[in-house]
Amino acid sequence: MRVADFRAPAVGPTTAEHESRLKRLWETSPGLEGFLGTVDHKQIGIRYIVTAFIFLALGGIEALVMRLQLAGPNLSLLTPEQYDQLFSTHGMTMIFLYASPILSGFSNYLWPLLLGSRDMAFPRLNALSYWIYLASGIFLYVGFLTGNGPNDGWFNYVPYADRDYNPGLNEDFYSLGMVFLGISTTIGAANFIVTAMRTRAPGMALNRMPVLIWGTLTASAANLVVVPAVSLAFFLLWLERQFGAHFFDPAGGGQPLLWQHLFWIFGHPWVYAIVLPAMGMVSHALPVFCRRPLVGYGIVALSTVATMVLGFGVWVHHMFATGLPGLGLSFFSGASIAIVFPSAVAVFAWLATLWLGRPVITTAFLYFSSMILMFVIGGVSGFMTASVPVDWQLTDTYFVVAHIHYVLIGINVFPVLGAVYFWFPKMTGRLMDERLGRWNFWLTFIGFNLAFLPMHLTGLLGMPRRVYTYQDGMGWDSLNMITTIGSFVLALGVLLFIVNVLKSLRGGALAGPNPWDAYSLEWSVSSPPPPYNFAVIPTVASRYPLWEGRLRESGAVSCVDQGMLLESHSKEAIGTSSMDATPDMILEMPEDSTAPFVLTLGTALLFVGLLLKLWSIVIIGTVVLAIATLFWLWPRRELREREVNP
Amino acid sequence: MSGATPLTYLTAAGHRAATILPLTWFTLIISVLVCVIIAVLLWGAIRRARGSGGAAETRSVEVEPGPSGARWISIGLLISAVPLLATLIWTMVAIAATSGPPSPPGLTLDVTGHQWWWEVRYDAAEPDRSFETANEIHIPVGVPVRVRLHGGDVIHSFWVPALTGKTDTIPGQTNLSWMEARGPGRFRGQCTEYCGAQHAHMGLEVVAQPQADFDRWRAAQLRPAGAPQTSAQQRGLAVVEYRCGLCHQVRGTQAGAVAAPDLTHLMSRRTLAAGLLPNTPGNLAGWIQNAQEFKPGTLMPNQYLSGQQLSDVQAYLESLQ
Repeated sequence: MRVADFRAPAVGPTTAEHESRLKRLWETSPGLEGFLGTVDHKQIGIRYIVTAFIFLALGGIEALVMRLQLAGPNLSLLTPEQYDQLFSTHGMTMIFLYASPILSGFSNYLWPLLLGSRDMAFPRLNALSYWIYLASGIFLYVGFLTGNGPNDGWFNYVPYADRDYNPGLNEDFYSLGMVFLGISTTIGAANFIVTAMRTRAPGMALNRMPVLIWGTLTASAANLVVVPAVSLAFFLLWLERQFGAHFFDPAGGGQPLLWQHLFWIFGHPWVYAIVLPAMGMVSHALPVFCRRPLVGYGIVALSTVATMVLGFGVWVHHMFATGLPGLGLSFFSGASIAIVFPSAVAVFAWLATLWLGRPVITTAFLYFSSMILMFVIGGVSGFMTASVPVDWQLTDTYFVVAHIHYVLIGINVFPVLGAVYFWFPKMTGRLMDERLGRWNFWLTFIGFNLAFLPMHLTGLLGMPRRVYTYQDGMGWDSLNMITTIGSFVLALGVLLFIVNVLKSLRGGALAGPNPWDAYSLEWSVSSPPPPYNFAVIPTVASRYPLWEGRLRESGAVSCVDQGMLLESHSKEAIGTSSMDATPDMILEMPEDSTAPFVLTLGTALLFVGLLLKLWSIVIIGTVVLAIATLFWLWPRRELREREVNP
Repeated sequence: MSGATPLTYLTAAGHRAATILPLTWFTLIISVLVCVIIAVLLWGAIRRARGSGGAAETRSVEVEPGPSGARWISIGLLISAVPLLATLIWTMVAIAATSGPPSPPGLTLDVTGHQWWWEVRYDAAEPDRSFETANEIHIPVGVPVRVRLHGGDVIHSFWVPALTGKTDTIPGQTNLSWMEARGPGRFRGQCTEYCGAQHAHMGLEVVAQPQADFDRWRAAQLRPAGAPQTSAQQRGLAVVEYRCGLCHQVRGTQAGAVAAPDLTHLMSRRTLAAGLLPNTPGNLAGWIQNAQEFKPGTLMPNQYLSGQQLSDVQAYLESLQ
């Protein structure tokens, strides 16, 4: 009965009694069941961040070993096969297991807090996307640790990835692992989109959404579109390897270039997907340290979307040397040059914010502001590769290695480290040590630039990528030595960062709710936030709810201490309309559940069975998966949605 | 070779590379300028900082709305448009100018990428004027040379930076590249698409020589191997036919396989193992016996010849001028 579902939520200020009832409803139970079953976005977010950092450390150690091998010419610390697995695993780790999940982690943690909501739209899917990320990461690393790591680069070109040239399990681990991981990315992306579109606090119209949300929202929309391409490509590869399908094999009428199209139509948008949210972090947090709103919010948000849209049309710039016709190349060259415009918008917005604001230097500020320069360095080297004839010389040399590291470390790792300094107090209640922070920043900054700025020259002097060693007399010896030294300085900086995190966890100064005097809703609640985030659902009247008194903006005032209370017999949150965030529905949020974890176990069994072609394990995995899904989806009366009485 | 950096692409010795080089420098200089300008702007902004420290220092500076500032974005974009548009136009012009040689090619080569060596075929209308060689390409100076690129196994990429940019060799399709050397010289090339264990050691050399020298080289290459002159060479030939001939070809003998580099005029080449080793007697012996140590994973197995056999084989191979 639809009518019976109407209910007007109670409105008022919070009380101690109200908060303790909410706490009982929302708190995850202690013990193993709570650990495996929690759907709290904050716990899941922190798990994502910690797991991604572990992968960052692993990928970093792999890089250091490679840098030892390349420190001088003709070194033989590693065999070619070891080196090939290391560089492929390094790429896979950093791109798939660190760069994207770390941003999912921050978004998971922050989104409901930024949006004034109590959880993600689909909390159990959220748990599932984490467990699948973890399981697929373990799956891929079991391959690596048993000597079956990917050995054809992260881009995995055929025919080298085919069984004729690559008979081991290496490529089976990689292809199945990537299909596995794709499940996590896809459901995570769907969850972010619905969360942004349906669970913003009342009054938070699209144009009042924190700019951070735009980055991840855009990236999520892109992921939904492009991840199927790469999952399909890897699945086809697995079929080709195991069952003799001929999708990529010219002898059977296939096309090696089909792989490259499928891969890069995913791969290039993916690069934007792992930098746009990080750019969003800078756009979001830099203004706090400049003590003024971001310059050009609207155009920055629009250019985020524009970057992504253009990003779908540039994948062929990875394939300029494959013999495609000149006219086609010209189009992709033009698109790749055009994409500089929306990217440049962000740079000018940040610079204007710095110049028109009153900056305060903190470790987080140093990470965010230095990112601007590295963004530009990575951007202009990308612009050079956009010019087809220039790229015929640049491509597949160390110039591109330098470029991709300025993009991935400069635009992803630096903002992420800054974001840890910025949001650590929210997550833990304690500030990070600023003195250690300065050492940490300067070591990472100097180490990184020492390693990768000279690498542009190594590339211009012709050193090809993906070589396990090089001959002497090529003019690359001292440049490579400098890079190796720089990479160890960078690693030392990251080590100091970890020391600072561990030290500050125990002994950091207490932060209070809003240590930076920042503007967005997460700073209106305690640090760390209570399990239910907001005792009353806030009402939002501007982009900067906590700065309203000082910005002299006209109009209504946001309200964080009075609002819908939303507590009955179960967990409740508010659903709002997509554009204007008018409340229109009470969402009954699911309880903790171990179904996502069990479903992940079933899926993992399924993939292990496929890998070993043990069909009995495939069947067992499928049954476990089916039972967990049934249990999860079994209809329960208390989980329906109610419309808010208009 | 251009001094100590044989693979640099900041200098050019051929028509195609030289057409692209100014565009490379133009984009490089613009890029460096942009970085310097942004660095100065950033430095200037940070120097204006009101304080330095942590949370307390941040809170102590009051929030102010400040001017909108959006026009700075428009100004920045307008300024950026100039070099971007210039690069776009120049790029289109350069694509058109370098997609094919300025005059009809005087020579066409077929180059096939193999794990991990280059097969080079000089085809002529008359079959007896065609021949194969490996890893060392001779071209006449001042003549546009068309290079048809074939994929032998996995994808490789053909690159001679001083003469021409990269073009992939892809199984199942024939790609075209071209080059024209402006003067005589030896130019280093390299595979630049990752292709497995020995991708690092898949070099090649282009030797540009005056037309007369080139014609002499071509005539010499056309000849089959000479008959062995000494008894050591005779015994060596027997071993070569029996063992090396399983993969290699020596024209005019029983060694007739085409899975590995043609050895008919091995001694005319400057390097062994696709640019890895100078072609000296010591390296040749070492390579035959112990290829896996020099180039781990190469399809050339170690040979374990007896001392006598090795010196016979070497005596024969050294006669293959």
